[in-house]
Amino acid sequence: MSRDTALVSADWAEKNLDAPGVVFVEVDEDTAAYDGGHIQGAVKLDWKTDLQDPVRRDFVNKAQFEALLSEKGIGNDDIVVLYGGNNNWFAAYAYWYFKLYGHGDVRLLDGGRKKWELDARQLVKDAPARERTSYQAQDPDLAIRAFRDEVVDAIGSKNLIDVRSPDEYAGRLLAPAHLPQEQAQRAGHIPTALSVPWSKAANEDGTFKSDDDLRTLYADAGIDETKDTIAYCRIGERSSHTWFVLKELLGHESVKNYDGSWTEYGSLVGVPVALGDEPGKA
Amino acid sequence: MATMTAPSPVGAAADGCAAPDQAAPIPASVDLAKETVITGVVTATSGETVGGAYVRLLDGTGEFAAEVVTSPVGQFRFFAAPGTWTLRALSRQGNGDATVTADRGINEIGVRVG
Repeated sequence: MSRDTALVSADWAEKNLDAPGVVFVEVDEDTAAYDGGHIQGAVKLDWKTDLQDPVRRDFVNKAQFEALLSEKGIGNDDIVVLYGGNNNWFAAYAYWYFKLYGHGDVRLLDGGRKKWELDARQLVKDAPARERTSYQAQDPDLAIRAFRDEVVDAIGSKNLIDVRSPDEYAGRLLAPAHLPQEQAQRAGHIPTALSVPWSKAANEDGTFKSDDDLRTLYADAGIDETKDTIAYCRIGERSSHTWFVLKELLGHESVKNYDGSWTEYGSLVGVPVALGDEPGKA
Repeated sequence: MATMTAPSPVGAAADGCAAPDQAAPIPASVDLAKETVITGVVTATSGETVGGAYVRLLDGTGEFAAEVVTSPVGQFRFFAAPGTWTLRALSRQGNGDATVTADRGINEIGVRVG
């Protein structure tokens, strides 16, 4: 993968709004944003109700994913262009998810909803009418998803990247600062995890930094490219953003997203936890 | 990303990461004796409030901590920790910064863009 195949610019998007075989998809947790105005023709995916299992803590299975995409009118051969708010966090999560279920051509809109809005590009309120499809998903590609046991085993051996803010990493905050902080699980980070906040990979308008800047960022942070990498955050969406950068923009071979992330790890009994600004020892 | 029905002890995590409605009252479950709330309004040089502005909270080292979109009347709100923080607003009317030294409870700070 590379920037040319994984990312589209706002200008490209504007020229391809009516292109056959291109489907724009807005992904948000709070879908009020979509309802207030979205890119022309874009369908809506709700991160919580469409992409998460309603009962278990897991995302929707293959059959549920097939039903969802069929109902949204997305075909296997469509070019899916994802975008959303929160600097594309949830769109990046959905991108990872489309890859997990083997979609052929999926891309992210660089800068997402923020750049589109700041550029004063057109937003519409009409919901598109798309014909139902019979979407066929692949079996989940577990080469890009990490589970907790693998994460515990990775301490001191693989690259672990904590992409939360420095205060969350150190244990001074338990959640991003736009959310109330009261939570039951322990604060801190996985020992030996390097702190590389997701935000260092993006410009303030939400677009990704250049490949050269990104290479320098992770090299300076001490990522060993010869080792496998696992990225995590609090609930797995910010780490999807970093997974996208490492795997899809920079082409690192083995990168997994740990979607259980800190809300799982920080609640596990008996696992090691490091506090403070240093990675800590295995 | 705990689901609504997850019987885990991470209840607040069910709120996910999306920006909550910035105009809504602070939920009753929020303990203001413990929380450090940083809140205010984004205004343009004309004095008009700026809805739909992107406001980010930067920590003492300038690193990103969080970002919200202002309400239709320009309001924003963060739950941080005591210390010095910078607010950085981006909008179609222009950009602007403000610095606040916050303590527990409610800390009000305006941001002017233009």
